[in-house]
Amino acid sequence: MRQTLSRLVAASGLAAAGAGTALAQVNPTASSVNEEALLRALQSGEAVSGRASIPNPEASALIAPDNQLWATMQGSTLQTLSIVAVLGTLALLVLFYLIRGRIRIEGGWSGRKILRFNSVERFAHWLLATTFIILALTGLNLIIGRTVILPLVGEGAFGTLTAWGKIAHNYLAWPFMAALIMVFVLWVIHNIPAKIDLEWIKQGGGIFKKGVHPPARKFNFGQKIVFWAVILGGAAMSYTGIMLLFPADVGSAADWQFYQVIHALVAAAMSVLILGHIYIGTVGMEGAFDAMGTGEVDENWAKEHHSLWVDEVKGTQARNDAQIKPAE
Amino acid sequence: MARMKFLCDADRCIECNACVTACKNEHEVPWGINRRRVVTINDGLPGERSVSMACMHCTDAPCAAVCPVSCFYTTADAVVLHNKDTCIGCGYCSYACPFGAPQYPQMANFGTRGKMDKCTYCSGGPEADLSTVEYQKYGANRLAEGKLPLCAEMCSTKALLAGDGDIIADIYRERVVTRGYGSGAWGWRTAYGETVSV
Repeated sequence: MRQTLSRLVAASGLAAAGAGTALAQVNPTASSVNEEALLRALQSGEAVSGRASIPNPEASALIAPDNQLWATMQGSTLQTLSIVAVLGTLALLVLFYLIRGRIRIEGGWSGRKILRFNSVERFAHWLLATTFIILALTGLNLIIGRTVILPLVGEGAFGTLTAWGKIAHNYLAWPFMAALIMVFVLWVIHNIPAKIDLEWIKQGGGIFKKGVHPPARKFNFGQKIVFWAVILGGAAMSYTGIMLLFPADVGSAADWQFYQVIHALVAAAMSVLILGHIYIGTVGMEGAFDAMGTGEVDENWAKEHHSLWVDEVKGTQARNDAQIKPAE
Repeated sequence: MARMKFLCDADRCIECNACVTACKNEHEVPWGINRRRVVTINDGLPGERSVSMACMHCTDAPCAAVCPVSCFYTTADAVVLHNKDTCIGCGYCSYACPFGAPQYPQMANFGTRGKMDKCTYCSGGPEADLSTVEYQKYGANRLAEGKLPLCAEMCSTKALLAGDGDIIADIYRERVVTRGYGSGAWGWRTAYGETVSV
């Protein structure tokens, strides 16, 4: 017993001596971490991090100042950009309509029809078109709805509307991607750039002048631009969209923010392009809507805008007719 | 009206997590949601410091800047609150917040998260003060009872301070001057644009 006591006394004495020397040698605050120093040393996109006892790895990030950069980007830059892009394009189209007017069929309606797009092609186009329009409107609502629609309908109704919009956006992304693949498979063969496109570019596509009709096959160069922009833009939207749909698998918050910005920028660019596409396919050009409406276009329209394609179709028809004729 | 802020004096914080527990109990938040957490920097190394962090109720709150449905609002006490009826659970605020404050009760298909939950500075939400529905959605409303947030009130070392920004900054400044050191008013530069100068 006495031995144990003396050992204890000795041990505590030693400990006290150890602490004494430590106090004399080490200033316990000299090496302490300091917020200002940590923030200064921070690389872009990084967070001041440590260890948290909560079993959620994200909880260990204490301060991530760069999140504010994304907040400014999403909250004001992208918002302004989206409004300018959409309203600017609409204004330009109105201006173009006032100057150029509706592009008429110069030869008049012939009354003869040529099948331009069969039912599979029209199905793929309209599936892509309807899903794109809903995705574009619900997406645009997420970014500018609070400044445009919220003041009109009130916070409660706008919250409900946007919640439904979000569900539509999440689920209609899948048929959009399916339609994108269909459209690619159906039309890629007709959209390979060719020498003939140089002539189309030289004549400005005949867009700005009456009576100018550069030769074109099934798709002219303008349509090829739309095709590739939709395919590449749609692919970019699909990839970034999937990343946003599965945020837990994306990686860091900075990666998610990057995908979100690309998603919004490509969406704005595609909206501009598609507004132009809708214009020229409806009010902008006489006879154009039939191609996707009934699938059959007027022969005079086809001759003016797709002269080489008409020749191809007629040639094939003539050959088929010749083959069908019974031998006598 | 006061400009309410939190200040965690990391040189006093002993990582006891009482603030975290007090918050969970006071507001009866669901499992998995942590309105407040304690992060230890340089854990196990000389000079490690622990910081208790929750929503800092920022000036020009970035969460409010990105919210697609504008569900955030700032009270007369400069507390940043949100309306859970309007919230669509998109998660944007969690990517805008520098402090990891927004919390979500679920992760379902396509990143669906449920309504966002975060520190209310113990001041409830847009529902009527001290009503049952307010308690169910947002937790207790201690400010309406004339009390400060419970996390700071029950901090055993008085590391976590809550109250008017000028007053708690003065307390912190006095401490730093008296003891001769301070690791900083964590989060202040990021949340309010300026830190406490000593």
